[in-house]
Amino acid sequence: MDLELTEEQQLLKNSARDFFEKELPKETVKELEVDELGYSTELWKKMAELGWCGLTIPEQYEGAEFGMQELVMLLDEMGRACLPGPFFSTIVLGAPIIMAAASEEQKSELLPKVASGDLILALALTEPSATYDPAGVNTSAIFDKDSYVLNGTKLFIHDAHCADYLICVAKTKVWSKPEEGISLFLVDPKSPGITITPLESIADDHQNEVSLENVKVPAANLIGKEGQAWPVMKRVLQEAAIAKCAEMIGGCDWTVETSAAYAKERVQYGHPIGAYGSIQHYLADMWIEAGMARRMTYYAAWCLDQGIPCTMEVATTKTCVNEAYKHCTRMGVQILGGIGTTHDHDIGLFYRRSRQAALLFGDTEDSLNKVAEEMSL
Amino acid sequence: MDFNLTTEQKALKAEFDEFFKEEEKRAPENWIGGFETRFENDENWEYYRSCIDNAAKKGWLSLPWPKQYGGRELSYIEQALFAQSAEYHRVPAIDVHLSIVSAGILAFGSDEIKNEWLPRMSKGEIDFAQCWSEPNAGSDLASLTTKAVEDGDDYIINGQKIWTTGAHRANHLFIVARTNPDVKNTKGLTYFLCDINLPGIEIRRLDYMNRAHVYNEVFFDDLRVPKKNIVGDVNNGWYVTMAGANFERSGAGGIAAMQRDMEDLVQFCKEHTRNGQALSKDPMVRRKLAQITVEIEKARQWAYWVSWQQSADPWAFSEPSAAKYFMTELLVHLSNTAVEIMGLYGTLKQGSKWALLKGKFESMCQATLGFTIAGGSSETQKNIIAWMGLGLPRMK
Repeated sequence: MDLELTEEQQLLKNSARDFFEKELPKETVKELEVDELGYSTELWKKMAELGWCGLTIPEQYEGAEFGMQELVMLLDEMGRACLPGPFFSTIVLGAPIIMAAASEEQKSELLPKVASGDLILALALTEPSATYDPAGVNTSAIFDKDSYVLNGTKLFIHDAHCADYLICVAKTKVWSKPEEGISLFLVDPKSPGITITPLESIADDHQNEVSLENVKVPAANLIGKEGQAWPVMKRVLQEAAIAKCAEMIGGCDWTVETSAAYAKERVQYGHPIGAYGSIQHYLADMWIEAGMARRMTYYAAWCLDQGIPCTMEVATTKTCVNEAYKHCTRMGVQILGGIGTTHDHDIGLFYRRSRQAALLFGDTEDSLNKVAEEMSL
Repeated sequence: MDFNLTTEQKALKAEFDEFFKEEEKRAPENWIGGFETRFENDENWEYYRSCIDNAAKKGWLSLPWPKQYGGRELSYIEQALFAQSAEYHRVPAIDVHLSIVSAGILAFGSDEIKNEWLPRMSKGEIDFAQCWSEPNAGSDLASLTTKAVEDGDDYIINGQKIWTTGAHRANHLFIVARTNPDVKNTKGLTYFLCDINLPGIEIRRLDYMNRAHVYNEVFFDDLRVPKKNIVGDVNNGWYVTMAGANFERSGAGGIAAMQRDMEDLVQFCKEHTRNGQALSKDPMVRRKLAQITVEIEKARQWAYWVSWQQSADPWAFSEPSAAKYFMTELLVHLSNTAVEIMGLYGTLKQGSKWALLKGKFESMCQATLGFTIAGGSSETQKNIIAWMGLGLPRMK
């Protein structure tokens, strides 16, 4: 047993911390929230130069071939920095799907470009059904001569507006069990019949509605075998849940540190408010929750790296981290008082992101339900 | 990071599991596990004594101690594995007081005191009871007023202690008393070990809410304790106390006990129907059970982290405090939730043919109240995190 980070992991985490502290002030984050593109292409290039876009991509496709634990180190710091942009969509969601399911030709074509930062992907999975379950996929893909014709509405799609390709999840067999007959397609978002409409949401994280109306996709753009996509998606969604947790624990730590620092400085009734029991106990609870969330995330990431079946670990972790992040940010605002509720103060960035992140890739109800299933209840 | 146990640790764990599985079979009929139950009646106490003796024969009471004092020089991880195995099987083979005293002796004791006490402790010969708290010194322990005055080769102790769990069964006491009243609270305390049969000690029972005899008050009237029984230096007893108190807070075993309790509760919910439906299919019940499972997993991961950290740095304070606080609050929550889920059956005491799960949760939802107070209340643990972990200012 060794519960410390490896030297490599620590180094990656430290360099990411330094990089974002230098390159991404929170003022820039706030500006990018209302920017149409939503991220800095300059910063993206720098991240690519550091090798971060290829962190988990195999060496043969010009990546660094690291695992989930290293990805967690990086995402932890991205969460702390409130990094806007398509890193998560491309590297956490898109690339693993390509790695797990695509043909050799597709991999050699796409993965080196992802690794070099020259290709942006977006996952078009969720729909108005608003669930990550296979039963929620109603978009259809009907084979016709040498192509598939896609029809349906994809909703809550992060980064569709800036993606080079959408990875579209659709049903190729309409009358089948939910987890059967689901296929993946590489779709050019400029194809005729696609309309992308931005959605404004609490975290200003650039979600979109993607409407597909008789969109023709060449048969060569099918990823993996027809109808066999769900096991791949299931695995990627588990990784995505833990990757999202990594961003969230970064946000938790920032919140605890920032609120504690303020509590030491802010004087009321002649004492720093951090000298009062009520504030101390809020902060102690936040510190505990943030710490446990971190330990849970590390453990789940390790399970994923080991290839240990970990539906239970992922579900318990997502539940824990959801609630920790929501609680830490809510109480953080409380400790900061009035100033915490303003746009000027940075804690709002974290509060808003916590509300969003807790719903992505397993909200608390959904995760608890998975726990109950794993307990055979 | 590597969450795997080493081959040696796995082998040791298997040995613990096999041993405690057998020990569990010898338990008295009404045995429900837990810490306080061992003191309640003669049958339980005999079972406890036999379990301690058997564990001592294996050398398991002193796993992390240096070999020269009867230990095996293993890390806190092995200690945690031992505790988990024993507590999962509800076998009372852990003596919290032994852990507290030994941690203090190992950190601050002279060679003489180590040689005199540790080998006997590792053999399970000594049942300690704790004389720290006083009627007016609870969370603010350092304000205690029991006095110890030097007199030749001895100190003469006068005063009153309270919440002395198991004093009516113990053969020794460990006492913190004031040896210098003229300095700051924490600076004038001294830590004594003492035979309980010395003249000048009076023990009075103080019944728990459920009428069980667990606690006692202990009165000292010119109790004469030899100087050679002092742990650490005179007036340095606060640090000896803290070394022990911190050890007490790592508690990985309690989590394994909760896992076992949850297994029982889940089984009950699968087998028990209400309005024609298994309780385990009721969405409200499912949610409660799943939520507690998440909380136990949080505590479990945290316990490993604490054990790992303490192996490297025995003076980490915030993490063990968080573990103690979280685990004991969870015990309260688990036992109360279990009573709620079991409905009207939940409050029946063991003994009735209608009582379920040996009335375990009826008992537990009372007993656990003490856990969030004893050994540093939940609020005290949060204070420690705030002061020592987050560096928040202390109100003078």
